[in-house]
Amino acid sequence: MKQSRPGKGTIAEPTLYELSKIGRRGVTLPEVDVPPVALPDALLRHDNGLPELSQRDVVQHFLRLSQQTFGVDTGFYPLGSCTMKYNPKVCEEIARLPGFAQTNPLQPLETVQGNLAVIFALQEALKEIGGFADVSLQPSAGAQGELTALLMMQAYHADRGEPGRSQVLIPDTAHGTNPASTTMAGLDALEVPSDDRGNIDLKALRAACDESVVGLMLTNPNTLGLFEEQLSEVTNLVHSCGGLVYGDGANMNALAGVARPSELGIDLMHYNLHKTFATPHGGGGPGAGPLGASDHLKAYLPGPIVVKGEDDPDIYELKMPAASIGRMCTYFGNFGVFLRAYAYVRMHGAEGLRANSLHAVLNANYLRVKLRATYPVPFDRINMHEFVCQGQPVGTAARAIDVSKRLMDFGFHPPTNYFPLIVPEALMVEPTETESKETLDAFVDAMLQIAAEAREDPSHLKTAPHTMQVGRLDEAKAARDLIVNDRNF
Amino acid sequence: MVYLPHTDEDRREMLDTIGVGSLEALFGDIPEEARFPKLDLPPPCSEMEIRQELSDLARQNEDLSRQHCFLGAGTYNHFSPATVDYVLSRGEFYSAYTPYQPEISQGTLQSMFEYQSMICRLTAMEVSNASHYDGATSLAEGVLLALGRGKRQKVIISGAVHPQYRAVVETYLRGTDAAVIGGAPFESAASLTRFLDDETAALVVQQPNFFGQFEAVTGLADAVHAVGSLLIVVVDPVSLGAFQAPGDYGADVVVADGQALGISPSFGGPHVGIFATRKDHIRHLAGRLVGETTDAAGRRGYVLTLGTREQHIRRAKATSNICTNAALIALGTAVYLATLGKTGLRQVAELCYQKSHYAAREIAQLPGVTLNPQAPAGDFFKEFVVRLPKSSAKVNQTLLKDFGVIGGYDLTRDFPELDRHMLIAVTEMNTRAAIDHLVEGLKRAIG
Repeated sequence: MKQSRPGKGTIAEPTLYELSKIGRRGVTLPEVDVPPVALPDALLRHDNGLPELSQRDVVQHFLRLSQQTFGVDTGFYPLGSCTMKYNPKVCEEIARLPGFAQTNPLQPLETVQGNLAVIFALQEALKEIGGFADVSLQPSAGAQGELTALLMMQAYHADRGEPGRSQVLIPDTAHGTNPASTTMAGLDALEVPSDDRGNIDLKALRAACDESVVGLMLTNPNTLGLFEEQLSEVTNLVHSCGGLVYGDGANMNALAGVARPSELGIDLMHYNLHKTFATPHGGGGPGAGPLGASDHLKAYLPGPIVVKGEDDPDIYELKMPAASIGRMCTYFGNFGVFLRAYAYVRMHGAEGLRANSLHAVLNANYLRVKLRATYPVPFDRINMHEFVCQGQPVGTAARAIDVSKRLMDFGFHPPTNYFPLIVPEALMVEPTETESKETLDAFVDAMLQIAAEAREDPSHLKTAPHTMQVGRLDEAKAARDLIVNDRNF
Repeated sequence: MVYLPHTDEDRREMLDTIGVGSLEALFGDIPEEARFPKLDLPPPCSEMEIRQELSDLARQNEDLSRQHCFLGAGTYNHFSPATVDYVLSRGEFYSAYTPYQPEISQGTLQSMFEYQSMICRLTAMEVSNASHYDGATSLAEGVLLALGRGKRQKVIISGAVHPQYRAVVETYLRGTDAAVIGGAPFESAASLTRFLDDETAALVVQQPNFFGQFEAVTGLADAVHAVGSLLIVVVDPVSLGAFQAPGDYGADVVVADGQALGISPSFGGPHVGIFATRKDHIRHLAGRLVGETTDAAGRRGYVLTLGTREQHIRRAKATSNICTNAALIALGTAVYLATLGKTGLRQVAELCYQKSHYAAREIAQLPGVTLNPQAPAGDFFKEFVVRLPKSSAKVNQTLLKDFGVIGGYDLTRDFPELDRHMLIAVTEMNTRAAIDHLVEGLKRAIG
């Protein structure tokens, strides 16, 4: 049952500098059509260091590299916590319309009312989906949304005469961005353990809740894919000590249309447009991490935010929230991402978004049940959009890394591995709703075949992958040699 | 819904396998009172309808494909060869995630490595990361890098740095004890050295600066280094096609917004934040970094490296929280740089210089107009300031209405004291005829 795979049989691709040859050109440009002046000698450089290639070379080079890249468009990509769902093609087309793509962010507002209408409509849709009083589209990624929220929480406490609050409570299942954002905000991260059902340990949380707490950063469902079973106790404990509850929306693909975070006791939350709202991940970015805030926090949101005109509601204007923490990025954030997300929301409507969540959860539970006899699931209960199993098949000494690498030979991108940290040999599997039962069954077959190999031919697993452009790469060597550009400094 | 492949039969079989009776039954952990709210969203629409609806909205904008554009101020109307969008449209690239699994992501990794290589050459620096969100967040990370070296808490930022970059840095520093000083808009970079002392973590200048002017940078790095501080330079990457690179005049960190390198303005985003530095700082660098290595057979390959700096390994002790970056836009700039190449980028820089100087000369001859009133002796790259006899906003209205021209940036939007000042950008996209048309329009608008 071996499927097609990228890169097999192709020759290693040289670098651009290896392909470069003096005198080649990739594009022609018009001649100077104005009376020329002398260039200022003292300010010039003699060589800008760029390679010289024909256009045909450039295209062949990048096309070959694209063929050595696995994307959602290539195949199943069950990378946990990343929500690698299909990206609708019409959204790509819309983002490229010249009326959007060819606008400068500093044009007079009366010349970009179409853009402002989209931003406003997306703000409104996200408010409704999350149940928040206001939304700012400024943050450019989930991690930046986290930092934004922490700075807002800090400003809120300072305004209430409690600037000394410095502790941010973070469950041990949280993404690494949570504690890293906490440090950037000048605050201290305090880890809270999980209990034996994968929930936050209430006893530990109770002990940590005091007047030093800024708030709790809560990923719900958490990175085990589990919905917090004692959610109201958790949020009540934090609120009763004066803290705030921040929702990390990375896992919103289980909840869009199913529950509003604000109604679950969340004070503010970022959305990942590049996850829940299907904008492409781009090999690492760009994304967008809009932030929703409840009534008591909305004044601190970063801006500008788009509002309807006070005099004329048909005209869109910009507004800085009253106690705004400021700007998180230039201009309005990642507008091209907003266009794709807005088109996605409009095509789905409320029912469509809910259907997505229902099927994302269906697919993840189906995989868990099909795999759990072979790959143990430590917190084996109904999960949300993802689940975590152990990548060590029962009765073998295989490791999650070996199973992951071997999956590539079957035409699948591996799941997230070794995360969350509390599960040994973790494999975090998030199929998303856009995958068919046939794809899930083929993945299960591959996983079971790999488990059989782990028993019968473990060395074949240890040396996987066998069909990629390259074999298993030596990551320690890379960190030792530090060759990070063509000249290696 | 077309994006869901499940048939009724599939659902039935899958629910039976799980052992529940309905999809809704999977959500029993959610408090009942909050479960399945009624959302007030517009009804769903078809692909055809959404394309029409958004095309109609797009047409409500004035855009650079239909109007002559002389607006820049950080986002520029440059030529993008067809190769750029061709490569950016490849689903393998745009629908991939961060390349955590290198063997199945060699294309993403090698193209990032090549981006890093070209950025290092262009800036004359030793290390480039794989991108930040935009130029301003690159600058904020550069300032944090400088602050992270020790206990120094003072950052000098020239008032001729893009005002929105300054605003973003100030937001990022809310969680620190650091103070930002400097800020008079036309104070030269050289004069800022008087603020340098052993409390200074970094001096930030922009080259060419927000007003388009080349700053005198000779000796600047020496003065900064003499007090043990870092020189951070915000740069226009297109200028580096022909003009001095920050690495050659001693910069420690170089940041830029990469949009000018063949990326659509897209109303301000997504752009890409370029970040380059010296090898001394590699372990304090924020963001992804691609390194070269080999497999067991000795074949060359690429991986993400020095992950021990990053949040997914190091958590609270990471150099930054950054995870998602702007990898696809960085890929676009790499295709641009490879297509333009050594000669092409030099030519673009020279075209900008020549055309903007022509435009400046012509506009300066209009009655009541003063060219670069605060720095008449300085030279500029592709943008310049003019003081007009009328308000910039009014002049721009006439230019758009009667001449189909998107005029320059009204500087009172950031600097209330710069009444009637306009920042005009001229690039290779503006023909002589279009420049003459602008001059004619300005003449009428101020007449």
